[in-house]
Amino acid sequence: MTDSQIVRALARAIRWICLICASTLNPLTTPALAQVEVSEAVLEAERQRIETIQRASAATISVLAPGGNGGGSGVLVTPDGFALTNFHVVQGNGSFMQCTLPDGLLYESVLVGIDPVGDVALIKLLGRDDFPVAEIADSDNVQPGQRCFAVGNPFILATNFQPTVTTGIISGVHRYQYPSGTLLEYADCIQTDAAINPGNSGGPLFDAAGRLIGINGRGSFEKRGRVNVGVGYAISINQILHFYDHLLSGRIVDHATLGATVGTGESGEVLVTNILESSDAYFQGLRFNDRVLKFAGRDITSVNQFKNLLGIFPRGWKVPVTFEREDQTREIIVRLTGVHAEQELIELTAGSRGSMEISTEYIEVPDDEKQQLYEYRAGFANYHFNLQKQQDIHESFLQNGDFSTSDEMWRLNGVDSSGNEVVIALADEQSGIQMDGETWLFKPSDEFSDQSGSPQIRALMGLHLWRKMLVYGPGEYGDTISFGSLPVSRVELARDPQAAGQLVLQMTDRKADVLKATRGITETYFYFEPATGHLLAMDLFPDVDVPATEIHFSDYQIHDGLSVPGMIDLVTPGSQIQRIELKRFEFSAPVDGGD
Amino acid sequence: MTTKVWSALFLPVALFLCGSESTCAQEQGYEVAVSMTQPKIVKITGSGGFRGLEAYQSGFLISEDGFILTVWSYVLDSGTVTVTLNDGQRFEGTLAGYDPQIEIAVIKIEADGLPCFNLDAAVTAQPGSQILAFSNLFGVATGDEQASVLHGHIAANTSLDARQGTRDSTYQGDVYILDAITNNPGAAGGVVTNRRGELIGLIGKELKDKHSGNWLNFCIPASQLSGSALDIRSGKLILADEQNSDVPAEPMTPELLGIMLVPDVIRRTPPFVDVVVLDSPASRADIMPDDLVVEVNGSLTPSCRTVVAAMGRVDRDSPIEVTLQRGTEFIRIELEVGR
Repeated sequence: MTDSQIVRALARAIRWICLICASTLNPLTTPALAQVEVSEAVLEAERQRIETIQRASAATISVLAPGGNGGGSGVLVTPDGFALTNFHVVQGNGSFMQCTLPDGLLYESVLVGIDPVGDVALIKLLGRDDFPVAEIADSDNVQPGQRCFAVGNPFILATNFQPTVTTGIISGVHRYQYPSGTLLEYADCIQTDAAINPGNSGGPLFDAAGRLIGINGRGSFEKRGRVNVGVGYAISINQILHFYDHLLSGRIVDHATLGATVGTGESGEVLVTNILESSDAYFQGLRFNDRVLKFAGRDITSVNQFKNLLGIFPRGWKVPVTFEREDQTREIIVRLTGVHAEQELIELTAGSRGSMEISTEYIEVPDDEKQQLYEYRAGFANYHFNLQKQQDIHESFLQNGDFSTSDEMWRLNGVDSSGNEVVIALADEQSGIQMDGETWLFKPSDEFSDQSGSPQIRALMGLHLWRKMLVYGPGEYGDTISFGSLPVSRVELARDPQAAGQLVLQMTDRKADVLKATRGITETYFYFEPATGHLLAMDLFPDVDVPATEIHFSDYQIHDGLSVPGMIDLVTPGSQIQRIELKRFEFSAPVDGGD
Repeated sequence: MTTKVWSALFLPVALFLCGSESTCAQEQGYEVAVSMTQPKIVKITGSGGFRGLEAYQSGFLISEDGFILTVWSYVLDSGTVTVTLNDGQRFEGTLAGYDPQIEIAVIKIEADGLPCFNLDAAVTAQPGSQILAFSNLFGVATGDEQASVLHGHIAANTSLDARQGTRDSTYQGDVYILDAITNNPGAAGGVVTNRRGELIGLIGKELKDKHSGNWLNFCIPASQLSGSALDIRSGKLILADEQNSDVPAEPMTPELLGIMLVPDVIRRTPPFVDVVVLDSPASRADIMPDDLVVEVNGSLTPSCRTVVAAMGRVDRDSPIEVTLQRGTEFIRIELEVGR
């Protein structure tokens, strides 16, 4: 190139630059100079993207730590102010904290529930019932390569309350990130290259349509310092939905474990390598060296995948498990147990969190109204919300009529599946059941566990407690808490043609509001259908480390103004399912008419 | 100088023009390209596992019959590695050979009918082009879990000016600089494609810019790799054996040439020259302490043992050809005992 050529080229280039600068800096006044035609489709796509980001961002909040010591992000999911964030964001914040919204206002908020293993917390913003909320997507449909964006408060930049938007793609799905100790485990999480930095924690990850797919919470860092290196992780919203009602009940929620460990066999199969004899999996028939084929509806092909799946369920959740032993395949329903003992979890979270008492050090002492939104009880993030949920469940139950005046002996007549007569008499002092030509009695004044030997007595004990709950309600029953919601199983005729005519337990898609009630060492879980308030089932544990006795109620009908089940299924451990069709109810039977 | 001025002046123009083209597609994701590419990516585990030295890296299939391209690193030190395919199948991979100048290696697994990239069908890219980067960064994926994918753009097309630790990086050739953080731990050996999943290059090691000290995100264009990869597959650039079956009566040794290697402490002690004996064939040929012996008579010598073995295959009276790495330079020297 000669010098004159260079000069000419430079001159041409400078003319171009000038044109571009002019069009970028002042596109409205000099449209003719722009030279670059952008198609309407592109502009429309851009407008849509801006609109999507604006709509999604409106529900994003900044969570401020007391005293201006950092903070994090969150996202509103209900118009009355419930918002999701990370446990590690609210940790140490006390029970009240301040949040900001892109609308430019500062809101007070109260801690509701925490899931320290899953690193999730639920808080409630106060003062409005028309908060903008995020639309929720099914995060199991998220695919690598899909576009996504994160909104939040990285580096606590949102001093003007406006969140930061970072865009990226889904880098991976079904990721497993190990816990530190037993807390902060990211199972089945979503990986993204949208920049996730300190302060983004707790904030939303949206899909390209602006729907919530996860809560951002951690990243891989290492040698380049604690700033984004293109590897961030979000807790899937589907996992959080399993825990949502648990969080809403104000509890410190634990994650689940099978009570068994698995390992990889020689040809890559997943085998049970260890199993606790006190676990429900064992009670249901799972044994050492069984090959796990399916768990919670998904095929199991690796240990990692199993860990991934297990990590998305709260303690108490029931899942179907399919396993193979000596070429025989069996499906069982297993009630998952907790990762921690109750006290252990309280200690683990208390140690790192400090007191859950109301913090008065940094923020104003909450006024009376706010004080009413918090109640202390060990094992709870905020017992106030548990009481409220218990009340809601009870009120919903009262749709079925007022049982409180039916406090005399109940006498129920029915027939079992062979057509034999069954008589059940239930009263405060003593209950009895007559079936298969035999009579069993249960006296609550005696130690519960002493009488828990035979399956019939355990079932009778369950029926006794059923009447107790219906007549006296959760308030007077004993120590009752709302446990959140759990999927409910149902007794139905086997679909397997080989077992035709047999009754089997099947999981359903339905979730029930669960009350956990304790009397002595007997724990009972009551499953209420949210809409009707019907009691669908009870799981009774007369003692620690024993299998549950289940009672299922169905075919509800009105009797004397009270809604009562027409069918009761007794599912006792180690025995077959006993179905009783109820024919006659007496709610004030003369005492001498009983057994 | 002229080219630099040119590219500097036209970079904004290029970005501006590409901008309009790429925005259309921006609303769609990359699901198709990602699902097409994932089956060609492999996870490699081998030596390492100490602090800051991850025992894993990435690689990609370059033939249906199981040749895998990756970076030449300590992870491959044991000679055999575990290769996990995208579908979770695990294989023992053997090192087919490596090119110390580009620091790439080829691994072979015994399998057939595999999805793969064709190095000859690779494409070039311009600054502003959208890219996808596939790797098993941070070892996030195990078993049948998919490699991670990041998105970004080519920021520049330039030659590498980097250092690895305190030393200059061996490879100083052409690279694409990327605006995504692609070169994370374990990412080396991964793939950069365009938005259609067509091969652009190989993700390099974790290196810092020589002047600024910033971590670099780059890939080596496929055109730089295909020659070496072909050489390795056709039997050139192969490793010297540690043992000799056929030893001449009076074999050559490093000492006869006046070369003392560093003490042989582990199986893969890098064959650095420790001392050069005064007035020896080595000193007369200007061999210096700290030179690394990379080849002896055309065989790669990754360890002291392979140097001794490769020399031992030659009669002490025959001339011997040695390739040395001195800093970023490669020097080929012919030595003879009597000379």
